[in-house]
Amino acid sequence: MRRFSWFNLTSLTLGFAFLYLPMLILVIYSFNESKLVTVWAGFSTKWYGELMQNEAFLDAAWVTLQVGVISSTIATVLGTMAAHIMVRGGRFFGRTLFSGMIYAPLVMPEVITGLSLLLLFIGIGLDRGVLTIVLAHTTFSMCYVSVVVSSRLVSFDKSLEEAALDLGCTPFQAFRLVTLPIIMPAVISGWLLAFTLSLDDLVIASFTAGPSATTLPIKIFSSVRLGVSPEINALSTIMIGIVTVGVIGFSVISKRNIARAEADARAAERT
Amino acid sequence: MPANGAPIFAPWDDPAAKPLIRFENVTKRFGDFTAIDNLTLDIYEREFFALLGPSGCGKTTMMRMLAGFETPTEGKIYVGGQDMGPIAPNQRPVNMMFQSYALFPHLSVYENIAFGLRRDGKPKDEIHHRVEEMLRMVRLQKFAKRKPHQISGGQRQRVALARSLAKEPKLLLLDEPLGALDAKLREDTQFELMDIQENTGTTFVIVTHDQEEAMTVASRIAVMDEGKVMQVSTPDRIYEFPDNAYVADFIGDVNLIEGRSSAAIDETVQIEWAEGQQAITAQTSRAITAGQKVFYAIRPEKVTISPDRPADAVNAAQGKILDIAYLGNLSTYHVQLPTGQVIKSQMANTRRISRRPYTWEDEVWVSWTKTGGSVLEG
Amino acid sequence: MRRYLVIALPYLWLLGLFLVPFLIVLKISLSDLNLSIPPYLPQLDPSAGWAGLKDFFSQLDFENFVFLTEDDLYWKAYLSSLKIAVVATFFTLCVGYPMAYGMARAPSEWRPTLMMLVILPFWTSFLIRVYSWMGILSNEGFLNQFLLWTGIISEPLVIMNTTTAVYIGIVYTYLPFMILPIYSALEKMDDSLLEAAEDLGCSRLQAFWLVTFPLSKSGIIAGCFLVFIPSIGEFVIPSLLGGSDTLMIGKVLWEEFFNNRDWPVASAVAVILLAILVIPIILFQRNEQKQREADG
Repeated sequence: MRRFSWFNLTSLTLGFAFLYLPMLILVIYSFNESKLVTVWAGFSTKWYGELMQNEAFLDAAWVTLQVGVISSTIATVLGTMAAHIMVRGGRFFGRTLFSGMIYAPLVMPEVITGLSLLLLFIGIGLDRGVLTIVLAHTTFSMCYVSVVVSSRLVSFDKSLEEAALDLGCTPFQAFRLVTLPIIMPAVISGWLLAFTLSLDDLVIASFTAGPSATTLPIKIFSSVRLGVSPEINALSTIMIGIVTVGVIGFSVISKRNIARAEADARAAERT
Repeated sequence: MPANGAPIFAPWDDPAAKPLIRFENVTKRFGDFTAIDNLTLDIYEREFFALLGPSGCGKTTMMRMLAGFETPTEGKIYVGGQDMGPIAPNQRPVNMMFQSYALFPHLSVYENIAFGLRRDGKPKDEIHHRVEEMLRMVRLQKFAKRKPHQISGGQRQRVALARSLAKEPKLLLLDEPLGALDAKLREDTQFELMDIQENTGTTFVIVTHDQEEAMTVASRIAVMDEGKVMQVSTPDRIYEFPDNAYVADFIGDVNLIEGRSSAAIDETVQIEWAEGQQAITAQTSRAITAGQKVFYAIRPEKVTISPDRPADAVNAAQGKILDIAYLGNLSTYHVQLPTGQVIKSQMANTRRISRRPYTWEDEVWVSWTKTGGSVLEG
Repeated sequence: MRRYLVIALPYLWLLGLFLVPFLIVLKISLSDLNLSIPPYLPQLDPSAGWAGLKDFFSQLDFENFVFLTEDDLYWKAYLSSLKIAVVATFFTLCVGYPMAYGMARAPSEWRPTLMMLVILPFWTSFLIRVYSWMGILSNEGFLNQFLLWTGIISEPLVIMNTTTAVYIGIVYTYLPFMILPIYSALEKMDDSLLEAAEDLGCSRLQAFWLVTFPLSKSGIIAGCFLVFIPSIGEFVIPSLLGGSDTLMIGKVLWEEFFNNRDWPVASAVAVILLAILVIPIILFQRNEQKQREADG
């Protein structure tokens, strides 16, 4: 049994303190009574109350959620298709260009992606609003989805698809009845990633959003530029809370699934 | 085989029989690599046909072309007289049992077996009836609700078999079906496979690299090497009458002796094979010309070992025992001749080891009959 | 038929929303500033046909790129972005390596939890993570309060709105990108290699330098590129933590576009930024390729 050495324990403790202390402070001070964000003046939840009254924030949150759900759903469909093409597509015209276009947005600075999309929307006379943000987010997040899904597809046993064809499936049925159910966890991770990226994005949204639609990150950014505010602390705490519960829940579920699979495997050996 | 005096099953000897599968000058290339080289082959209905060869010999490619996952670069494949060229895998009257079994991990044993039937849009009770029948056949009724990862390797193999037979294909392809099983289980399963093949009357084509497996299960074997069929015949003929040195060497253990033959007179030849050794007298039906380079192949168990030269021996040579490989039931003696050549002789161990008649360094004679070996053209 | 649809749909989407927009940027970077909407010339007039196309191309020039070399704001911004990215990447490595090492050598039942702790911040809003440092680094912030209280300093340190704050921001936000590839390289490593090294006469430290470190090299390279590449074009961190003193090209582009409304120059800035990024991206790809081959 391996134990922590002193050196490793110290570096891990300091490292995780560095990663988590800033957020912890943020969470604690969201319950601060005082308007001054660096002086503790007693426990209060009043900033959460004020946040709930702030129509502008609520509107922005609603827009962000809409954009996130729609764009990540389209991105998941397109990204899964793209992954399937990359891994199983064989040769087709412009394959190199296609894989280039899948990988380029991953390393493209957001300012450039945002700028280029804005210039396109203006060029074709598309009014900026929810639609343009959705288009922009779908484009870059589908690339992330396709990377996640294709890494699963690479390890996917091809003979399963062949078995489905052999038993009378059309290629589309083989994908729907065999491939998709098996790679579903990767597709779901892809969706979650796309959704998070969309909720998170400031730069591209700033370029592609119009006066009619503002997302939460844009709203937060314009407000924190002026300095730290307890309302933003409260908002951040809510967001951190949701993510933490989500990630921990997800990992507990997957851990349980792994444990169950292992128990099954052991049971199968005994039969 | 029918025991009640019915004719022996041998459609390949009947010129009027129509083959179920016909490969006609099939060539398959992957880039520069030729996997199958101008191959022509007939397989008949109800046969248990084995494609045997080392890995990379093209046997799996042949099977995948039958299933429709690869298309021939040249030539045609017919199943039941129909050209398979334009027919997609899902339209073929052919099913395949995959080496990895390829059981769908998200479906139960029952659903796996029903999968192919559902695709045909058969009525529900018919599907249920058929699945139950298949489960009974492979003795897995109790495991119908389990998922593939909840059953053992041997059970998985049987599910895969049941799934591929459920649609009653004209032809079942089996890709190394027993490769993942341990030795004991493999032997039992071989006989089970033969029973199922006989009872269902399906034509089986099996791909294997295991010669014992091929010999056990197959009605005929095609020995393949580098994209070519080296010989197609029944197991006993492949073993006793190999067509060429490759087949003789690939199947079982053999002594291969290179030499120059005299012309065949009355189907008998004399083979000069080493300085100072008596020429080998051998029977052959081949038209051998004088001075032709030949290989003489003789199985170790056809070589007798004795302390003195047997009086009636047609072929004999003296040598020294170099090595003894003790296999329990058998021992293989490696006898080195003065010329340096080593002849293997196999003897059944009918006595206990302590009273073994020969040991290392013993001077012995090896001898064999005129009909014991095959003369192969080099 | 369906196969073509499956290929065409994502293909056309990326062509229309990734490649075409980028070509537009390229085109505008070669155009002239015009004080109307859209604020650049020439406009392609499809009705003029071939002559219009010829006319269109003849009006394109490299004026904006020449302008970028003349005004030292731009090349200073590029250089300073590069410098900040390099230094921040180095610091991230210094923080990330010991953590990755500690994780890889932790008891195996701890590893999934540690892994989750590294990934968790990645799912949390980037903007919020950067913002969380604003309250810590400001003159009356927690760091200064703490240091004054311990008596290490007597005057508050000025960190906020300096390059130091940008370094801290980059190290903080990109740390997981550094840890994960190094961890996966170290975790694959067979323990018996270290035992063999010690058996052959290495001290523990020598064994680390001669065995562990070289074996984690590909992870280090991958991690460094994963931090370096996005750092160069970073916008949020310099604009929230860096203040007006910090010159980074992402911020310059933003301001050129939104404040000065000079689209042709903003586009030219973007084109050069991309040209600079091509080299590290290719090197990164090559490292990944090599790694895949090594893994078989």
